[in-house]
Amino acid sequence: MTAFDTTVIEAAASPATGLSATLKHARHVVTGNPITGFSFTLFILLLVCALFGPYLVPYDPLATNTVVALKPPSLHHLMGTDQLGRDLLSRVVVATRLDMEVAIFSVALVFVLGGISGIAAGYFGGWTDRLVGRLSDTIMAFPLFVLAMGIVAALGNTVTNIIIATAIINYPLYVRIARAEANVRRNAGFVQAARLSGNGEFRILLMQILPNILPIMMVQMSLTMGYAILNAAGLSFIGLGVRPPTPEWGIMVAEGAAFIVSGEWWIALFPGLALMLAVFCFNMLGDGLRDIVDPQRRT
Amino acid sequence: MLDVVHQPLLDIRDLTVEFATRRGTVTAVRNIDISANKGETLGIVGESGSGKSVTSFAVMRILDRAGRIAGGSVTFSGIDLRAASDRDMGDMRGREISMIFQNPRAALNPIRKVGYQIEDVLLRHVQAVPANVKEKAIDILKQVRIARPEERYHAYPFELSGGMCQRIVIAIALACRPQLLIADEPTTGLDVTTQKAVMELVVELTHKRGMSTVLITHDLGLAAAYCDRVVVMRKGEVVETAPSDIIFNSPAHAYTRKLMRATPRPGATLRDLLDEERPARKPTSVQADGRPLLKITDLVKEYARQGVTKSMAQLFGRKASAVDEQPFRAVDGISFEIMRGQSVGLVGESGCGKSTTSMMAMRLLDPTSGSIVLDGEDIGAIPARKFAKLPARKRIQMVFQDPTDSLNPRFTAMRAIADPILRLGGISGRDALRARCEELAQLVGLPRHLLDRFPHQLSGGQKARVGIARAIALHPELVILDEPTAALDVSVQAIVLNLLDELKARFGMSYLFVSHDLHVVRLLCDHVIVMKSGRIVEQGSAEQVLEAPQDEYTRELIAAIPHPPV
Repeated sequence: MTAFDTTVIEAAASPATGLSATLKHARHVVTGNPITGFSFTLFILLLVCALFGPYLVPYDPLATNTVVALKPPSLHHLMGTDQLGRDLLSRVVVATRLDMEVAIFSVALVFVLGGISGIAAGYFGGWTDRLVGRLSDTIMAFPLFVLAMGIVAALGNTVTNIIIATAIINYPLYVRIARAEANVRRNAGFVQAARLSGNGEFRILLMQILPNILPIMMVQMSLTMGYAILNAAGLSFIGLGVRPPTPEWGIMVAEGAAFIVSGEWWIALFPGLALMLAVFCFNMLGDGLRDIVDPQRRT
Repeated sequence: MLDVVHQPLLDIRDLTVEFATRRGTVTAVRNIDISANKGETLGIVGESGSGKSVTSFAVMRILDRAGRIAGGSVTFSGIDLRAASDRDMGDMRGREISMIFQNPRAALNPIRKVGYQIEDVLLRHVQAVPANVKEKAIDILKQVRIARPEERYHAYPFELSGGMCQRIVIAIALACRPQLLIADEPTTGLDVTTQKAVMELVVELTHKRGMSTVLITHDLGLAAAYCDRVVVMRKGEVVETAPSDIIFNSPAHAYTRKLMRATPRPGATLRDLLDEERPARKPTSVQADGRPLLKITDLVKEYARQGVTKSMAQLFGRKASAVDEQPFRAVDGISFEIMRGQSVGLVGESGCGKSTTSMMAMRLLDPTSGSIVLDGEDIGAIPARKFAKLPARKRIQMVFQDPTDSLNPRFTAMRAIADPILRLGGISGRDALRARCEELAQLVGLPRHLLDRFPHQLSGGQKARVGIARAIALHPELVILDEPTAALDVSVQAIVLNLLDELKARFGMSYLFVSHDLHVVRLLCDHVIVMKSGRIVEQGSAEQVLEAPQDEYTRELIAAIPHPPV
């Protein structure tokens, strides 16, 4: 057999494998594009706030002090104080955890439910497809925010229910993407080859098809992450989310909105700004994540 | 003025084309000189990556954004194409220089009637006015020999066959009577008989209109058969330019000789395709021992025709024709046997049912009726979905047509080869698995360090080797080869075919080799089956079928293979 191995072999050195290659590639992606780099920095900042926020802040976010109520930003209170004299900086930082929790868990939930049922619909077709398709059509028939309101109102005002409601309204998006991507690949050569190798249908679904549609799902996940934060804040804003005095960006904006007319702009501005930055960060993150997950970008 | 007369129509001098990539600048074409005279058919031959398409893109100035002409000149009938404005180039393309692309279906707009698409180009270059444009378009359809041009004027591309679509593309290209036609792999993906018809049409129109044609192809035989002069390119450089009869009979450059040798042709054996320097291997003669391994009897696959056409016909109150009511028979009652250690070639043009047959034999598709008996066991009755996990799965494996499509882009080569072993091979433990994969890689001549690469980091030939390693991983008794070399360059094809032959001798496997290329089939197979419209029209030993074909259709197929001037 050695007679044959004199064929043209690419002289390139073997690429590094495993974790180190992934990290190297991730670094390339993050440093290669300034927007991706910026959004990753922002994401790390958000993560730090979410994990260590309560230990970092200068004041107790729930402690009221009427003496310093409604003070504009100053050296003592960098973002000012609200009507009860609570430090806004502390409240904005501490609220990160709750908002990130809602975003991450709802996206994880919808990724599992929507992703898997969408792939199954695209791959198997027939009855699975019809069932999943009609289910997502039904959800799409409602104005999505009103549906989320309805679900939270019916199930009760808890963080878990906000997560569930956010996941449900995002379900059709995930189903459609996963279905379309799986459908294209159902008869690809590598799927046939996997059948020849003795893989069952479910194994093909999870091991062969799912990794291939992961890059596009990543973009979707990061986009809905921002949307989930907005949704949770929106629910809190209209009084259906978490209850005061829990620090949460949506409630804080809602509470602050009343004071804008009387000139205390900082109460609504800073939580709103945090909300905006978080959503912005997740929207920008998607492209970078896709590039990291996709080995074909690793030239 | 005399100088102008002797000047070639297209003159490429010292052309260099570069592409900017993440890894710096890549030179795709380096200092090449090519010229095409008036009335001449020039062939540019080379394997993938030789820069032949890039050259034509540079002439048309349709390089993508990363590419640029870094040096040299392109002169077309005295006009410097490098200096021409985009506006002038727009006028030039289609009117003075036209191009035919590889995939005719992709080159046509799928939702526009073909007649309109011809009219578009006529109107763009003011070759007709709206009053007479339809008449002109139909006239052009006639010239490219489309039967019933008035009807076909209203057809959409999907309603036409591949060969028909390519004629439409030629019609569009020639509508404005250009002086130069660039045909980039115009017949790749078409059947041999269609290829013959299309090429004869191109050559005839070239002569009739006194224009020049540049034929870009990977097939030296095709170029030699239809071109006056042939330019051989390799890695962005021109290695040889000569009249086609000279290049075929006494090639001067070593690379041309290598290409010539690798091209399957009558009278050559598998070994002849390889380099002369290679040590000769002892001839393999595995005798089929007479016991049938696979026996297929009266195999039928029907597809219902209840597609859009039928429901649409009902919707509009038209009566569906009697033909539409009948189920479509892709495979219409075929029977054949494969002996142990035998290679059987299954030949036919696209749509003849050869792939459907192989998919059924492979048990990826359920037959409508008929039996598939493997070594005494009727496997045809087991539903395809259940078959994947049975022990019999190990005994039949397959090498797929497209090595890129058949490898999961997210799996490394190692993971792809290991997949069947993990599922059915009964080898456990990381080290044992790795050892087995390395052993297989060595068998197929895949360097060990490539095992950790992803498919997009491998060349076409290397991907083909991964596919073969995966197919033989479980020691199958029957391997179905579905055009395993169709996507490969001829020199790689030669190596892969030899590898397959060697593996067969070594492990005593049987092959069912599905192909449209009779020359390739002759090299590898003992027995040949010719299929047409779902039926077997002829079968017999390879020599008998190819040297003395009994059936009219087989004769037609053999005649359609390009014959270089010898």
